[in-house]
Amino acid sequence: MAKENSIIKAEAKNLNFYYADGTKALKNISLPVYEDKITALIGPSGCGKSTFLRCFNRMHDLYPGNRYDGQILLYPDNTNVLAKGVDPIEVRMRISMVFQKPNPFPKSIYENVAYGLRVRGEKSKALVDEKVEEALKGASLWNEVKDRLHDLAFNLSGGQQQRLCIARALATDPEIMLFDEPTSALDPIATVNIEELMSTLKSKLSILVVTHNMQQAARISDYTAYMYLGEMIEFDKTDKIFTNPSKKETEDYITGKFG
Amino acid sequence: MATTQLKDPPISKRLAKNIRRNFIERLIEIILMMAALTAVFITLAIVYILTTEASTFFKDASIVEFLTGKEWSPLFENPHYGILPLVTGTLTTSLVALAIAIPFGTISAIYLSEFASHKTRETIKPILELIVGVPTVVFGYFALLFVTPLIQKMAPNLPTFNMLSAGIVMGVMIIPYIASVAEDAMRAVPMSMREGSYAMGATNFQTAIRVVTPAATSGIIAAYILGISRAVGETMVVAVAAGQQPNLTMNPMEGAATITTYIVQVAMGDLPYGSIGYQSIFAAGMVLLLMTLFFNILGHFTRKKFAERY
Amino acid sequence: MKKQSNKTNLVKDEKLKATRTLIRNHKRKDLLFSMLGLVMVSLILLTLLTLFIDLVIDGYPKFTFDFFTSFPSRRAANAGILSAWVGSSLVLLITFLSAVPLGVAAGVYLEEYAPKNWFADLIEINVSNLAGVPSIIYGLLALGLFVYTFKLGHSILTAGLTLGLLMLPVVIVSTREAIRSIPVAIREAAYAVGATKWQVCLHHVIQYSFGGILTGVIIGMARAIGETAPIITIGALTFIAFLPPSPITPDFPFISFEWLQSGFTVLPIQMFNWLSRPDHAFHINAAATGAVIIVLTLLMNAFAIRLRYKIRKNIKW
Repeated sequence: MAKENSIIKAEAKNLNFYYADGTKALKNISLPVYEDKITALIGPSGCGKSTFLRCFNRMHDLYPGNRYDGQILLYPDNTNVLAKGVDPIEVRMRISMVFQKPNPFPKSIYENVAYGLRVRGEKSKALVDEKVEEALKGASLWNEVKDRLHDLAFNLSGGQQQRLCIARALATDPEIMLFDEPTSALDPIATVNIEELMSTLKSKLSILVVTHNMQQAARISDYTAYMYLGEMIEFDKTDKIFTNPSKKETEDYITGKFG
Repeated sequence: MATTQLKDPPISKRLAKNIRRNFIERLIEIILMMAALTAVFITLAIVYILTTEASTFFKDASIVEFLTGKEWSPLFENPHYGILPLVTGTLTTSLVALAIAIPFGTISAIYLSEFASHKTRETIKPILELIVGVPTVVFGYFALLFVTPLIQKMAPNLPTFNMLSAGIVMGVMIIPYIASVAEDAMRAVPMSMREGSYAMGATNFQTAIRVVTPAATSGIIAAYILGISRAVGETMVVAVAAGQQPNLTMNPMEGAATITTYIVQVAMGDLPYGSIGYQSIFAAGMVLLLMTLFFNILGHFTRKKFAERY
Repeated sequence: MKKQSNKTNLVKDEKLKATRTLIRNHKRKDLLFSMLGLVMVSLILLTLLTLFIDLVIDGYPKFTFDFFTSFPSRRAANAGILSAWVGSSLVLLITFLSAVPLGVAAGVYLEEYAPKNWFADLIEINVSNLAGVPSIIYGLLALGLFVYTFKLGHSILTAGLTLGLLMLPVVIVSTREAIRSIPVAIREAAYAVGATKWQVCLHHVIQYSFGGILTGVIIGMARAIGETAPIITIGALTFIAFLPPSPITPDFPFISFEWLQSGFTVLPIQMFNWLSRPDHAFHINAAATGAVIIVLTLLMNAFAIRLRYKIRKNIKW
């Protein structure tokens, strides 16, 4: 791994994960997430990248029987996100997520974006208005919806819905944003929009993105991690991974020999 | 080159269409179709019978009096044909029932769908379904001989026949209908929507109330409409516990007759076919059918308006 | 690590405290609602239990052999439910024979034969509408149609047909759902060996969905046992001190249909009749009858559920 001047925002240390039926989905993964940078997770289907991503905001807690083993440390306060004493709700208020298929709530566009604020008890209408506008602008959606904020979110197109979900995640000023294959359900034009958006967002927060599309990783990320069968095979700067990977497995995957 | 007309070679006996077999197949299909059409026939028959008898009724009774009159006594010497007392009886008992069934049914549904563990849900649901299997006359017994005396301990001037006990017991009876349909609607909300809410830092309660319940609105309304229909059409509980005296009041502490109990009361007596008393029950039935139809159609359109989109 | 000024640290700490308090409050709401839900569900189940226990306690003195083998009488102590349960059995027999063949045939037609057009839609709308019609309306229909127009009188036949009408939508829906669960691949395999549509239905579709249909039928019959309003409406007599003529006769042709036209009573009507008397002694009889009906209904429902479970286990599509 190259020496870095970048600041580490979060770090996975010796992370193992077991599903309720006993399968070990993640094997001893250690990975830094650099601040204000985009880190991509690539690998063939079933390699555990989404499973790994969902550890960061304790999504696995929703399904009984899952077990974490190891640490995910959040800086600067050096908290282990996976510790038993840590409240997943608190974690989720600092780390937000955008899902593969856009999942807006059955509410208006405004209320979708405001949801995170409402959940945090924010009562001031002025503040909510301001945050909603800020988030929608940050998600490059404001101009398209500013005249119909109280329309149902379902009336938006797929790409717009995904940007709405991004705005929703942005509105609460998260420290890290997790993206789980955010463009796999979208058409190419919408995909380009989202990719550009992610590049502008990284100036404000750290991004960890799972993608099955290698080219996308090469396009937008600063760092890339290659996973296979639950293990972290290689992690490095994106340029290096795609031009001169250190491990043969990585090279085989990048060049399409399998996957 | 001249085009030659291609002639099909003669069809062998084995591949030829078997006329007899085809005939039998068609016959069977027609028989099955007739069976399916019985559903339509039954609906037509209901409409026909009710309409013909009711229209004969309205030859002798004025429809204005029927709809606006305040007294219902068709079997007396000086008969009165105002259906309003029966309507108020139906409405009062139904409202009492729904006042119980809707809160209990909805909260139970939310609890079972969003809070209860898998084991708890699988244990409780079948027992709730059992309530549906209890015959309504048994509920009537319970209302008259257990609930009424119980309430009388706290309100001694409650008459033996009253709409309150009947309504309460009817409410308990309807809870499983509402809970079951509402719970199914909530379970059908996809997990991805819940995950979106949890990922924002919401608790179980917040997710259940702010996301899942609004998403299931269409199904929940269907559940309520089902409950309303059931309450309006209920007969035995009210017949046993609310008395059978038409009474123009919305006060549940009194006894009254509903549209359904009137029909039963007359049918138990001996009425000559074709008499106005006989026809009056069809007129009452007509009103009942129209009410049920109204709620069903209302439900249908409200559902369309809130249709799930996910 | 980034160095933060002490001031920012303080603000951050306060924010953290506020957030933690907020989360704690929300979680309390979580817990409260969970408890509320549990309490409400428990209340409902408790009511059901109370009902059942009340019946059993009230009717306890009458759980004797005599009760099942005596006719109703003016003296409460001697009254029994013989005519009632015989009547119920005979009426249910007619209900079964009328609703099941018709309902299964209709279900098969709708699933296997009907083209997807307005015609099939019309039938479907009718079936779901009929399921929501109050049972007393069926009684009115039967009164006008069966009793007077067809002149079938206030008889077992009429009662059976009335309940059959009531049960029809249930049978149709169960049949359709059972048939829907059969994968298309099985049907295609049957067609591929040259079977006709009816042969596929008879030899495969109906046989495989038989369990599901049976479950629905049993549940429908369990409800039919307790139906009172439509039977009263068609004029079932409430004081019956005789049994309908037996279907089996000692002379040729050994089967008689006289019983179809006989007057009769059924269990729930007997209970209703006793319940309507002011004399408390009759209420005991009513309670005992109610307990009998509930036990019957519960047994049938339990049997149907067990059946459904066993079928689901055995089927591995």
